[in-house]
Amino acid sequence: MTPLLAMHFPISGTDISPVYLVVTGFLIGILGGFFGVGGSFIAGPALRAIGMHWNFAVGTDLAHIVGKSVVAAKRHRALGNVDLRLGLIMAAGTIVGAECGAQLIQYLKRQGNVDFVVSIVSIVIYSSISLFMVWESSRTVRSQKKSRAKTGGAQKGRHAKDESSFAGLTQAMQRIPLWPVVSLPTSGVKAISVWVIIVVSFIGGLFSGFLGGGAGYIRMPMMVYVLGIPTHLAVGTDLFEIIISASYGTFSHAIKGNVDILVALVMHTGAAIGAQIGAILTQYFAGPKIRLLFVPLPLIGVAIVTYTLITGHKL
Amino acid sequence: MKPETRRTLVSFLIELLVYTIGIVIYFFLVLHFLSDWLEHLSKENIKLYAIVALALILGQAVILEWVTTFLFRLLRGRSE
Repeated sequence: MTPLLAMHFPISGTDISPVYLVVTGFLIGILGGFFGVGGSFIAGPALRAIGMHWNFAVGTDLAHIVGKSVVAAKRHRALGNVDLRLGLIMAAGTIVGAECGAQLIQYLKRQGNVDFVVSIVSIVIYSSISLFMVWESSRTVRSQKKSRAKTGGAQKGRHAKDESSFAGLTQAMQRIPLWPVVSLPTSGVKAISVWVIIVVSFIGGLFSGFLGGGAGYIRMPMMVYVLGIPTHLAVGTDLFEIIISASYGTFSHAIKGNVDILVALVMHTGAAIGAQIGAILTQYFAGPKIRLLFVPLPLIGVAIVTYTLITGHKL
Repeated sequence: MKPETRRTLVSFLIELLVYTIGIVIYFFLVLHFLSDWLEHLSKENIKLYAIVALALILGQAVILEWVTTFLFRLLRGRSE
């Protein structure tokens, strides 16, 4: 099937409608600004669905995310949602992880089964994230309702208390006495080992290099549940950190021949405006509700990848 | 319609217009004029292509952000 108003993008050798790219970018931009994620769980499958190979989908998605994150992070910084110290520490771990992920993609490309393996991994990861977040967020919302009933009222919207069901895990992580230990006053964390932050960001980076995007879908929940960062700060800091790590990822993938910058530029024109709208919307929702709204998004990516994998057809 | 809602809507429409113009410019300039050069660069000098790719996406982000922020300030300045 020939896409509507298809244009030829010579670097990746694909025919794609610019309208499709702009609309996809716009929707991903809103999600990115609102949830602090790059939206690769939609962008990667969306590019794959129109016939782009996974290695190009991963690299091109990273490039468009660099541009989008600049706009969204600036908005979040203005809203006071960015912890610069945490973001800079995380960038180091993410870059190392992203390079490992990119090398893994190169290995699979040489083996000739990159499309199949990445499809399967993405289905498993995205489904697991959705299931986990629906369980955690609904549990937290229920517990908040119970405590509201006991106390006879509560704050609403952005100023509602940001709770999670993993307070025990968070406290245990913050008590690990591994040198060097830093404090994150902006995030309200008195002391935490740098190595805990590095491990969290390394895992995020690994997924970023392997599945594309900023991997905020895994790093943002880990920042909240493992590091104990308030959700709004996790969203803004994640976006700030993505600028650094996705820039490195884009360069790394580009020199491996995995980036079609023309596709990324067109997608970004839509994403830039969507990111601003998404960032403004975070002011009207409390942490657990943001996380609960996040749940269906990775499942959309699962549906697209499964369809492409089973039928072998483009959308 | 409340004045505040109206102001937000007008701001959004102006931003949308700016981005539409941006999209058209990119379709005609970047895709048309840079397409062949970037393709050639990606085949002949991949490291330079990587640097140019990063510079293009960062440049586009900064410029679009700067233009819309400027327009928002201009609009708010007039309406206040």
